[in-house]
Amino acid sequence: MAITMTVNGVKQPVEVTPGTPLLWVLRDHLGLTGTKFGCGVAQCGACTVHVNGLPRRACVTPIEAVANGEVTTIEGVSGPEADAIRNAWQAIDVPQCGYCQSGQIMSAIALLQAKPTPSDDDIDLAMNGNLCRCATYMRIRRAIKTAAKEIKS
Amino acid sequence: MSQPHWIAILGVLLMAPLAVAQSNPDNARSSSPSATLQPLSAFADIADDTQRARALFAEIGKVIQHPRCVNCHPRTERPLQGEAGALHQPLVVRGAGGMGAAGMVCITCHNADNFRNVPGHPRWHLAPAEMAWEGKSLTEICDQIKDRERNGGKTLAELGAHMANDTLVAYGWRPPAHLEPAPGDQQRFGQLFHAWLEAGAHCP
Repeated sequence: MAITMTVNGVKQPVEVTPGTPLLWVLRDHLGLTGTKFGCGVAQCGACTVHVNGLPRRACVTPIEAVANGEVTTIEGVSGPEADAIRNAWQAIDVPQCGYCQSGQIMSAIALLQAKPTPSDDDIDLAMNGNLCRCATYMRIRRAIKTAAKEIKS
Repeated sequence: MSQPHWIAILGVLLMAPLAVAQSNPDNARSSSPSATLQPLSAFADIADDTQRARALFAEIGKVIQHPRCVNCHPRTERPLQGEAGALHQPLVVRGAGGMGAAGMVCITCHNADNFRNVPGHPRWHLAPAEMAWEGKSLTEICDQIKDRERNGGKTLAELGAHMANDTLVAYGWRPPAHLEPAPGDQQRFGQLFHAWLEAGAHCP
């Protein structure tokens, strides 16, 4: 089936089998491999992207669900929240192995867009679906708070 | 299969016992619900309105107390999942309007329709706290759904239409393949509910 969506600001017509997860369209059809495959069942968050401005697990999002929609991946995310999160991630040196980090960053940006000054509880609730096998959770929380302060200032 | 895939799967498997351990024993149904819902005709011989209404609501309760319904009418801020009412994994909460927490809303994972193992509906969300059914007796649920303070301000007629026609209620009979549907179907459920209303909406 033919589907058109906007990915990182660019219209992308794709021809895929109905029911193909968005993740595979991004990675295999469009070559956007920054979004990772982790569990495939929405339990780890590695595949998090934004669809129409909200976080989505691309592994359980059928391509039909994003027809004519706006998809943003780690390669194209921008704006004050994205800038602040990138700065904080680098300053605090958040990643260890890094595999989960694109999903972590996309969720963190979505959180700051929805809640500019999140509490520890807000961060835990927003980020608990993003697993990190290196257990960088404390650095992630610190980086989100740092980014929130940067945006506020 | 790539190494990260296996590591992630291992992580999920390791979490599974945790999910079971976190399940609330009160959620466990004392007996399995009937696989079917009796037709309206099964209640025709009960002449007394009060007795017929009570019998009808006991039948309706097979649906209302089924995990497909109770799991999204939890007594805490956290939805349940599966047949045993385990706490939802990953951890999610009711949040504003029942749509989840900021940055982790229901539609982060749930689509407008079922997709693979993930249930879906365009209005997928948790029932408000005042509509909690988890752990309540059928009598308590019956009193609750008639109370406009605890049923979203619905009249009994509106409640009947909701039960018979609402497409989110209909999800109960068409979950993903790995989940058990509610007994019967929505048409029969709606007929029973309307008959209960007509018999006086008496509670068991």
